[in-house]
Amino acid sequence: MGEAESIGLLETKYSRRNFIKGVIAVGATASSAGYFIGGSGLLGAQSVPGAAERLITLNVNGQQRRVDVLPNETLAMTLRYRLNLTGTKLGCDRAECGACTVLIDGVNRYGCSTLTHQVRGSSVTTIEGLENPDTGELSLVQQAVIDEGGFQCAFCAPGFIMSMTAMVNENPNPTRAEAAHALSGNLCRCGDYHKILNCAMRAAELARSV
Amino acid sequence: MAIIRDMIPAFELFQPTTVEDALVLLAEHGQGAWVLAGGLDSYDWFKDRIKRPEAVIDLGGIDELTGISDAQDGLEIGAMTTLTEIVRHERVRSEYTLLADAAEHVATPQIRNQGTLGGNISQDTRCWYYRSGWPCYRAGGNTCYAAAPQAMNREHAIMGTSRCVAVSPSDTAHALVALDAKMIVRGRRSSNVYDAEDFFIGPATDITRMTVLESGDLLTQINIPGEWANAHFYYEKVRDRGSWDFQLVSVAAAFKTSGNTIDDARIVVNGVAPFPVRLDAVERLVRGTSVDEAVAIEAGEIAIQGSHALKYNEYKQPMMSNLVRRAVRSVA
Ligand code: FES
Ligand code: FES
Repeated sequence: MGEAESIGLLETKYSRRNFIKGVIAVGATASSAGYFIGGSGLLGAQSVPGAAERLITLNVNGQQRRVDVLPNETLAMTLRYRLNLTGTKLGCDRAECGACTVLIDGVNRYGCSTLTHQVRGSSVTTIEGLENPDTGELSLVQQAVIDEGGFQCAFCAPGFIMSMTAMVNENPNPTRAEAAHALSGNLCRCGDYHKILNCAMRAAELARSV
Repeated sequence: MAIIRDMIPAFELFQPTTVEDALVLLAEHGQGAWVLAGGLDSYDWFKDRIKRPEAVIDLGGIDELTGISDAQDGLEIGAMTTLTEIVRHERVRSEYTLLADAAEHVATPQIRNQGTLGGNISQDTRCWYYRSGWPCYRAGGNTCYAAAPQAMNREHAIMGTSRCVAVSPSDTAHALVALDAKMIVRGRRSSNVYDAEDFFIGPATDITRMTVLESGDLLTQINIPGEWANAHFYYEKVRDRGSWDFQLVSVAAAFKTSGNTIDDARIVVNGVAPFPVRLDAVERLVRGTSVDEAVAIEAGEIAIQGSHALKYNEYKQPMMSNLVRRAVRSVA
């Protein structure tokens, strides 16, 4: 399934696996840092103060994930193409749509416009991390979306659900206008905003009742 | 329209933890260095391959650059403080609502959660000819495509131009000028303090920059003096969509009043020039007057004196005039 998940242009040119090899090669040839030199292999020796190492540990959905990340790699790329967490979508890749929204230390941000190296030491939550890992029980927000039957094609859904999660954690008592404001960094190409807001209000209601 | 490409081109990433280290790195890499704050303006440039720095200096790990602290007189805001932190800060909300208001008008929640005050005022212009990599004056070339007879220039400047007609995109810049903020800029050898008004420069001063910041400089802090705390404020931003969009025209004003008499005022408009425009003539007009509709109307008229519309941005003249009128009227 993962093989079929890709963003427009990439899909026509590369299989996912080749794409990952491709970016590593670019890093090796075009960066002057000499990441592959030295006894520690990928660690690329901290010869310069403040220089970023490539092999890092990310806390994603409560798990420590060891991953090799290019300095110029966005979080959305790392999640989708290295960690196979393809629930996070790429719409615009320009901080202009919200499809890539994830939580970083509980705060909703655009994964397409964050460097992975900036979130070392933070905890990242993606749509895959919302359900209870032991029981598989859905989060309140996910449940609310099912209750209300929000979304049409649902390409925007993971991003909206992450923003709704940040919203209910912060303010479980929003007015509809406040909910709209909290979700104003996510676009729905199907224009399903009315039902999406119903979901948000339902999620807040569920959050208040726990 | 943005085109999705595979990947940001390679660069070396540096994540210093002190301002001192950042300055050393900037000096070492000279013109090849890029200062990364929240990154929301930067990544567009990188993804589009228009700017290709060799070394990106990420300021995100420098603790001394974040946070808001009480100063003896006013507030000191680290340049890397996010817009969300500013919007939520108790004293900003109660005493300097103009700044909270301005910060809240930036783009979207996700962008405010990551974008910083320093980045917001240092970001580059949105002129799409320039941003698409056309070799215009600002990019070191010898023409302005946006001022050409056939150009699409609905969003461009109506004043303060000099060859280049691009506008300042910041939603907070004019609020900081209205609050008479001071910008602390550190270089390798010296440290300078600029009035917000002087921090932003026009193309007549240097057509390739929008602020005083030069290669090797770092904006570290923004100080808000107590002078204008709890003044009567007015902020209004006109944009095409209710979120995301940059301003078409926006006004930020601070008034000291007794009753409906204006004792002192600072009125600043953005989106109309390559820098936030302080309206000295309007301030002189309203100072000492008791505001009525006639004063407000005259203020609006004076505000746009000397402005020149391009082919598609004539609407900015009445829009600016009306926003200034509303700002003054809000005192009555
Ligand atoms: S993909 Fe990140 S905002 Fe559109
Ligand atoms: S449901 Fe289709 S984009 Fe939102």
